[in-house]
Amino acid sequence: MSFVRAQQLVKQYGSGESCVTAISDISFEIDEGEFVAIMGESGAGKSTLLAVLGAINEPTGGSLVVDDIEVYRLTPEQRADFRREYLGFVFQSFHLVPYLTVLENVMLPLAVVKAGRQAKRELAAEALKQVGLSGKADRLPNQISGGEKERVAVARAVVNKPPVLLADEPTGNLDSGNSKEIMKLLQALNREGTTIVMVTHSNDCARFARRTLQVSDGTIVGESHNLPIPADIPN
Amino acid sequence: MTLKEIAVRNLLRRKGKAAFVLAGLVVGVATVVAIISFVNAMTSDINHKLEQYGANILVVPKTENLTLTYGGLSLGGVSFEMEEIRQADLSRIKDIKNAANVAALGPLVLGVAELNDRRILMAGIDFSVAGILKPWWKIQGHEPGNGELLLGAEVARILGVQPGASLDVNGKQLSVAGVLQPTGSQDDQLIFTRLDTAQAFLGKAGRVSMVEIAALCKDCPIEDMVLQISEALPGAKVMAIQQVVKSRMEALAQFKKFSYGISGVILLIGSLVVLVTMMGSVRERTEEIGIFRAIGFRRRHVMNIVFLEAGIVSILAGLIGYLAGFGAAAVALSLFSPGHSGSVPLDGTLAALSVAAALVVGLISSAYPALLAARMDPNDALRAL
Repeated sequence: MSFVRAQQLVKQYGSGESCVTAISDISFEIDEGEFVAIMGESGAGKSTLLAVLGAINEPTGGSLVVDDIEVYRLTPEQRADFRREYLGFVFQSFHLVPYLTVLENVMLPLAVVKAGRQAKRELAAEALKQVGLSGKADRLPNQISGGEKERVAVARAVVNKPPVLLADEPTGNLDSGNSKEIMKLLQALNREGTTIVMVTHSNDCARFARRTLQVSDGTIVGESHNLPIPADIPN
Repeated sequence: MTLKEIAVRNLLRRKGKAAFVLAGLVVGVATVVAIISFVNAMTSDINHKLEQYGANILVVPKTENLTLTYGGLSLGGVSFEMEEIRQADLSRIKDIKNAANVAALGPLVLGVAELNDRRILMAGIDFSVAGILKPWWKIQGHEPGNGELLLGAEVARILGVQPGASLDVNGKQLSVAGVLQPTGSQDDQLIFTRLDTAQAFLGKAGRVSMVEIAALCKDCPIEDMVLQISEALPGAKVMAIQQVVKSRMEALAQFKKFSYGISGVILLIGSLVVLVTMMGSVRERTEEIGIFRAIGFRRRHVMNIVFLEAGIVSILAGLIGYLAGFGAAAVALSLFSPGHSGSVPLDGTLAALSVAAALVVGLISSAYPALLAARMDPNDALRAL
């Protein structure tokens, strides 16, 4: 049984003549531990699809099942709990909280988790170590580079060890060197067992995924399987 | 990292907005505290003065044929004929319902005496309660003992006598124990002696011409006491001396109502400042709130952050507002009531109420912004960026 099952997902905005269909009748399945890239041109509906998968954008039709949980049958508050427990988000524009330090940003998902202060700090420190930013824990977001911000965003996404990581154009604002670093990081996380769904328009990034879903005009128009990229690929 | 830490960090980051909310609440709380402290101090001052006023109830015989007056008591000319009060009946006053409010009871006998060929009004009083009934008296010399006199200032001036002199009263020699400093009242025209001495001199043994009563009047039911004493002494006329105080208290009550109205309006304006500022703050933080919701914060978590911020600022505003209001009341008291005898005391209850009021106003004013923040759709919040 697949870990993520999307069945006939539809998302429309507006109604009547002004109705816009962002995604239409999309169905796919993702196994646990898989790394899937969603590709498509701008406006194809890939970000909408990711938001639907992220339990933050309720579809107009269809269903999403993650780990046998019918996500959109949950109440909004239960969906918040679901996001906290099952999902990690990495956004294109980092979305770090500017007045919190790097360590505090990483600790953010733990703020509403019942755990000791020290335990939270240790988890955050571990996540920062994982992304190679242990030395910059006390810096503010405006004191680090774009690549480092994205790595902080990755650390924040994985700090509570969610089974699924959703990444929306994680390298969209980065140069090629930093992009490769981030992709290697995601690849490493995937090898540790995290299921990753990544939206990208970059073929270079998509190569890191094992499977690519091609989206156009709100529907899946193609699917391809990639050869695995070795972990020690040079920059 | 906790919700409280997020709230504190945000306040520190947006110092200007936090200061604006703080100022709005401080002005409201300080105004209310200043007004309450000022009114309380004024009320306490009036009560204090009322208690220092001395006698505030007079008991006189019922009579209709009078020409000389003393303290509201009319005397029937020099011959002064009236049915006087029996001294023994005064014990009934101790049995009235509000007897506990009676601080002092001073019987007084009045009559005309011959002093060095002059006709003069003699008053026999109980000197043991004179300190309560006539706190403004200042005696040069000492209180009269048996067979001694206390002269009013005017009497001493006209006769040209000092303490230690001897005077002929109704053919008997009495020594002058003391002279009253001028009081500006009819006491300056009288000679005083002990009640029993005067009763013997005037041939009024066991009788008194009037009774002065000092009632403890902070919230005392003086009208009820007048009625109760009237019932205890049916042959006497009982009067309350409270018109001046009463009118001042009424003026203060009017001022209180007006002030509370103004305070309410200022608090309302303060709460609107909080509302508008918090709304602006929430709108500015669309991105953050979107992130919070996306990473699994529940609506109530987001609301808690807004309420924590408002609560922290409100508690601070309550404390600062109380101190500012306390200072303002002290200044206002010295400016508007220069003769004020008391001071504005630090009031722990008022301080606690100030903090509570600021907290309630702050939280209520933040309720809508908090709800707005909690209802923010994470997808809309992040997509709008």
